[in-house]
Amino acid sequence: MAGGKEIRTKIASIKNTQKITKAMEMVSASKMRKVQDRMKLGKPYAHRIRSVIGHVANSHSEYQHQYLNNREVKRVGYIVVSTDRGLCGGLNINAFKATVASMKEWADNNIEIDICAVGARATTFFNNFGGNVVAAVRDLGDAPEVADIIGAVKIMLDKFDSGNIDKLMIVSNDFVNTMTHQPAVNQLLPLLPSDEEDLQRHWDYLYEPDAKELLDSLLLRFVESQVYQAVVENNACEQAARMIAMKSASDNAGELIEQLGLVYNKARQAAITQELSEIAGGAAAV
Amino acid sequence: MATTMHCDIVSAEKSIFSGAVQMVVAAGSQGDLGVSFGHAPLLTALIPGPVRLILDDGKEEVFYVSGGFLEVQRDVVTLLADTAARADDLDEAAAAKAMEHAEKAIANQGAEFDYSVAAKELAEAAAQLRALRQIKK
Repeated sequence: MAGGKEIRTKIASIKNTQKITKAMEMVSASKMRKVQDRMKLGKPYAHRIRSVIGHVANSHSEYQHQYLNNREVKRVGYIVVSTDRGLCGGLNINAFKATVASMKEWADNNIEIDICAVGARATTFFNNFGGNVVAAVRDLGDAPEVADIIGAVKIMLDKFDSGNIDKLMIVSNDFVNTMTHQPAVNQLLPLLPSDEEDLQRHWDYLYEPDAKELLDSLLLRFVESQVYQAVVENNACEQAARMIAMKSASDNAGELIEQLGLVYNKARQAAITQELSEIAGGAAAV
Repeated sequence: MATTMHCDIVSAEKSIFSGAVQMVVAAGSQGDLGVSFGHAPLLTALIPGPVRLILDDGKEEVFYVSGGFLEVQRDVVTLLADTAARADDLDEAAAAKAMEHAEKAIANQGAEFDYSVAAKELAEAAAQLRALRQIKK
């Protein structure tokens, strides 16, 4: 039986792989609900604070917070949100591609770039790729907390405060639905004013207590909440992407097993036919 | 004439309230303040305390927030709370106990006493009680 044994071991090994991918698929599917809930719960706050900040950026305050001022760009900071673990399809690579494409525009103008990597994948990628990684957080787990990312974000904010970087971008995956994840590069600082028309006239808030104190804490809260939301959303993308990737891996394994089964049966039958004809030939000779 | 405005209360965990209201009464960092339709744009920090909403139909609802920000635009009020809860969900006994605990901690200060933490706990417990009393009225 030529190759029969080899084919059998191959089938067994693929079956084992299939078991693993199926298990991973199911783990991701069950985690996915939890992380999606977490993402949905945080969304209203992130959305509202963004619209409030959009209004603030439109106001004509006597106190000009530096997060509101557009400066000449000499150095750009990127916060790249990625996953800690792999095996989630093209999720991370797509985000990195988008980051690199956006970085290239700056690099072409001789503008330098600092990177804050969130997630183990981004750290590894940009260390190999040759980016200047100034801060990194990893092992955030499935339930990241704001406190976990504050440190890394603060490094970038301090750099912005001291004029070391003049623009801060954030890259993460947008969760469109379970099947679709869109890498998005957004500008975090300086703040972008909202384009509501009735806010274009000259106006300002009444501030209680004074504008400086209030805006300082509000803007810090804003940046933290945006980064946190990006991390949570990326987490939801990760589980969904892993589920899809593992599902297609299981399906492919199933297909492969089927095809190998056919090849194995053919080989087996060929061997039997050959044996029979050998016996028949032998009998005829006698 | 429109006399109602849209009010959103969101906390970092979830959206607590969204709907039309006649008036919002909240505990600002400079004292309690009431906002009704046509209020000038305002941005203020909130301290722990009750937030009272007078709804479209004149009914009242009380929420408890542990601090945050309040933004007023012409016809939209946005309340960004650190944590928020419907005052009905608060437990009066637990709040009273927490307050007692915090007062005791301030009274007998040990070696590793953190005044700011205890003062914050006390303020939050007192604010929760204040929210509960407002409901009962």
